Amino acid sequence: MELDFSNQAHFIVALAPEIILSVWGIAILLIGVSRPDGPRTSSDLGWLSVLGILVAALANGWLYSVTEVGTDSMIALDRFALFSNWILLSGAALAVLISLSYVQRQGLQAAEFYALLIYSTVGLMIMAAARDLIVIFLGLEIMSIAVYVLAAINRRDPRSAEAGLKYFLLGAFSTGFFLYGIALLYGATGSTHISAIADSIASGNAHGALLVFGIALLTVGFAFKVSAVPFHMWTPDVYEGAPTPVTAYMSVAVKAGAFLAFLRVFAVAFEGAYESWWAILWWLSVLTMVVANFIATVQVSIKRMLAYSGIAHAGYLMVAIVAANETASAGLLFYLLTYTLMNIGAFAIVILVSGQGEDRLQIEEYAGFGWSQPLLGVVFTVLLLSLAGFPGTGGFMAKVFLLQGAMEANLVYLSVVLVLTTVASYWYYLRVAWYMWMRDAPPDVAGEPIQVPFAMRLALITSVVLIVYLGIFPGATLELARSSVSGLSAVGPGLIGLGP
Amino acid sequence: MSGSYIPLLILFGVSLVNALGMVVVSHILSPRRPTPQKSMAYESGMIPLGDTRLRFSVKFYMVAISFIVFDLETIFLIPWAVEMRELGWSAFVAVSIFVAVLAFGLVYEWKKGGLEWD
Repeated sequence: MELDFSNQAHFIVALAPEIILSVWGIAILLIGVSRPDGPRTSSDLGWLSVLGILVAALANGWLYSVTEVGTDSMIALDRFALFSNWILLSGAALAVLISLSYVQRQGLQAAEFYALLIYSTVGLMIMAAARDLIVIFLGLEIMSIAVYVLAAINRRDPRSAEAGLKYFLLGAFSTGFFLYGIALLYGATGSTHISAIADSIASGNAHGALLVFGIALLTVGFAFKVSAVPFHMWTPDVYEGAPTPVTAYMSVAVKAGAFLAFLRVFAVAFEGAYESWWAILWWLSVLTMVVANFIATVQVSIKRMLAYSGIAHAGYLMVAIVAANETASAGLLFYLLTYTLMNIGAFAIVILVSGQGEDRLQIEEYAGFGWSQPLLGVVFTVLLLSLAGFPGTGGFMAKVFLLQGAMEANLVYLSVVLVLTTVASYWYYLRVAWYMWMRDAPPDVAGEPIQVPFAMRLALITSVVLIVYLGIFPGATLELARSSVSGLSAVGPGLIGLGP
Repeated sequence: MSGSYIPLLILFGVSLVNALGMVVVSHILSPRRPTPQKSMAYESGMIPLGDTRLRFSVKFYMVAISFIVFDLETIFLIPWAVEMRELGWSAFVAVSIFVAVLAFGLVYEWKKGGLEWD
């Protein structure tokens, strides 16, 4: 099927996954208010959300049989957008699965929780597929506003409220940078469409100083969202205070969406201005990798440790954006998929261990965990090894592909920093494993077995199996990622000469 | 091209000087003889009843939020209504979807008890 957007129905087809999710979110809200509160309703709504995400995923799979004509639409329907949707939908589905028991246990408002999670996923999908800076901004806002509320949804807990307010203030601030960047780019190139911006830069019509300022401000906006050093200050506090499933969702899906938009904007729109931005991103990437990995080593709270680990991963991922070639971009997609699976799995374990009052969050409290819960211990060890990038896991292959891309772009120093900081990161990931297997449990907590609910079990099995699969047989997925990025930066014939 | 903006710049400068000047000059020149009556908060001539920093009930906030939703609905509906015939059926469908989404929001708010005062 070909879409040339001559017919109104084509727009609905092109946006099928987003429309399905939006309608599903409204339905969940309405079902939630028309049924009595209770654990039953809560879990029903959770499963309904999982179903909605699966239906959207089906629609996404079906869209592979659809091609769009030209690249001048505001929301792309290319292979890159479809692969992005796989990452974001799997992140959302796993986040719902690990939330089910948490939402029940903490007595959160289930309908609002799942509906907001779905809306923010819609925003992320729009962001990742957008070909126009204004549409990216729109997606960013749809996502952000939903996530601000999600971070503060446990409103009886002052930590959660603080996290929500902090994220809101800093998020709004960074959005201002982003919007100002868009305005300056419009001034410099006469368009907000990324193909038109690319044309304008390639033809030399763009106003030099304005262009550089615009790129710099967009960089700040994106760096806030992906939490790159030195724009990472909000991350540990927000990740620590927000409800744990929300933290898991923020650390994977929100970061992935921001990176996907980051890549599309910088690889397509600013391709011609590579000389003026690569050095900034090079330094941001190095700073992020070094600083985050160093701070992570001294954390005592597991949530803060995972927050800094997330920042460090943002540093690795920025290497791919600096490299700006197809190998690195395919590596970035592969990395984001792997990272989504392993980080959600790790947070699932944190939810299980932390317990009702969310008070067991110290790394010391994992002492003896491996021997009292052997199965969960093995699962957590695999996830930690994958986060560290141990051979045989998906995390290792993802780093290898990033390095390949970096070496293809002759970024030798950046690759060296990536490898060295990865080695340094082994310390803090393996420290948790060391506590789990090498230390005895304190006598007072030993012996109370952790019940693993069905949904949580499903999420953990999915993530571990897929991570091991991606670590041993990465070929098929990498091939898909590679075909998703080929032709990403191609400028359609319809836009030549549309510049100012 | 930028030459045509110079009158705007002059206007901006004059209004800035004018506004700042009024505040600064009256601050410097005006006589100040405060009495207790003069430094009292002004409440339309009545004797003030207490601190102005009251705690408001969150209900007012709910009403304000609901108002903003319908306010924005008006902002979108009126331009569409003016150009309705030119825009045709696709715009009608788009506006209907927009209104429907707001209606679902209203149903949600109603059911949730957002419209109850007590």
